[in-house]
Amino acid sequence: MLSDITLGQYFPAKSPLHRADPRLKICLTIFSIVLIFCAGNFFSLGAAVAYIGLGMALSRIAVKLYLRSLKPILFLVVFTAVLNVFYGTGEPLWQWGVFKITQNGLVNSLFVSIRIITLILASSVLTFTTSPTQLTDAIERLLRPLSRLRVPVHEFAMMMTIALRFVPLLLEETDKIMSAQKARGADMESGSVLQRIKALVPILIPLFVSAFRRAYDLAIAMESRCYHGGGGRTKMKVLRFGRGDWLVLGSAVLALGAFIALNIVFPPAVAR
Amino acid sequence: MAFIQVKDVRFSYDQEEAGGREVLHGVSLEIEQGEFVALLGHNGCGKSTMAKLFNGMLLPASGQVLVDGLDASQEENQLEVRRRVGLVLQNPDNQLVAGVVEEDVAFGPENLGLPPEEIRRRVDGALQAVDMYQYRLHAPHKLSGGQKQRVAIAGVIAMETKLIVLDEPTAMLDPQGRQEVMETITRLNREKGVTIVLITHYMDEAVQAGRVVVMDEGRILLDGTPQQVFSHVERLKRHGLDVPQATELCYQLRAAGIELPYIPLSVEECVGMFQKLLAQ
Repeated sequence: MLSDITLGQYFPAKSPLHRADPRLKICLTIFSIVLIFCAGNFFSLGAAVAYIGLGMALSRIAVKLYLRSLKPILFLVVFTAVLNVFYGTGEPLWQWGVFKITQNGLVNSLFVSIRIITLILASSVLTFTTSPTQLTDAIERLLRPLSRLRVPVHEFAMMMTIALRFVPLLLEETDKIMSAQKARGADMESGSVLQRIKALVPILIPLFVSAFRRAYDLAIAMESRCYHGGGGRTKMKVLRFGRGDWLVLGSAVLALGAFIALNIVFPPAVAR
Repeated sequence: MAFIQVKDVRFSYDQEEAGGREVLHGVSLEIEQGEFVALLGHNGCGKSTMAKLFNGMLLPASGQVLVDGLDASQEENQLEVRRRVGLVLQNPDNQLVAGVVEEDVAFGPENLGLPPEEIRRRVDGALQAVDMYQYRLHAPHKLSGGQKQRVAIAGVIAMETKLIVLDEPTAMLDPQGRQEVMETITRLNREKGVTIVLITHYMDEAVQAGRVVVMDEGRILLDGTPQQVFSHVERLKRHGLDVPQATELCYQLRAAGIELPYIPLSVEECVGMFQKLLAQ
């Protein structure tokens, strides 16, 4: 039951985006998120949305999966939309006591909703097309300059790799311990909130004990395999910036140009 | 000179504390290159401690462990020692580092700082050697116990160590997984000439080795070929150790006055002997 949770949400497929350099994809995701936030009117926002839409189309992943990724933030979208509707300025279209709806409020609300949705879609394009190992690898490479400032970049990437490896294992273990405690008569579904929190203690303690034991074993296994930190380590898979990546990068430059032009030519739609 | 030389090693956990429980009381052992040694014994007899002494994970309180002539207790030798001695642990889940099979196998060679093409070659070769090549892109947590353990073994093979120490590699596996792992180990020893030290408490696994070392309470009790060691049925039983079932059966038959030409070690051998006897 618990092991159904997948982390990273990677969907393997053969698409130009899957093949693209993960470092580039991370940078482009951040780039598109910045675009979305800088958009001042519907035209430039539309350009940003179209760019992300292009990414979605190129990923060859069903739209249904993208829509599913929006589910968890649906509440947030509705909440901010409703809030924005009532916080508009200008002539009220409708009023009831302190509540008033203005045209500006409606526009704001639509704008913000599109923003949040595209934000999630942009990060989904990244995580759907990039495997967790590629992601950690790319983050390690992108942050490497920071290691000159004594930021433990390699250690951080190693921690992520190990966390990704052990999360499904610990979930499975939690499941097992829960079943074991239930078999001994533990009641985790009834009672007040406080009682239910207390009922978690007999699950968490064995889980922690076993996690420490695993960590001890893992440390021995890693040291036995000559692990001695990031120094002198090489990689089997070296990230290469290929011809396809230049095309992707070119598309980003075009999108940026169109975006800036649209942002300047048309007046801002949202009062901020 | 023997590949591994253990000279009068004493060891206790909590060495700083006075009166810490001593686990090894002066053990000496030599292992030659190419041998397949099974290290047998009870829980707590010191056999797992031995495994960690072989690659310098633990350091002896007194005595010496030499690996290929290198003193394993010297800090500056540790990396060199671990390039020569690989260690496979009991729980396959706890020793895999990466979330993809081939990346995990690459972990060791990457630590050695090898060029990418060389790592690729070794990883592919190691995965083929344990018959897991078709699973190279799978996530370890989706594999069976035996498969995971074979990936762990591949991780050591890829480092091309001369000796592989396996600390109860089959203890957590089902019968099929046990068989898979045992086949892989024997094949490695026979075809690639890798020296194997198999720590186990399964007698039928020990029988497959070329040499059996029995430990009891921090000392070496018996050392010899499986035939020699398991002929001491009385002595093993006195120390609370088992012998293979076929050996046990024939030993009891002999004790009951039935004449048998020899004492077999495996079920197949036993069946063969009885078929010959009955045909006469």
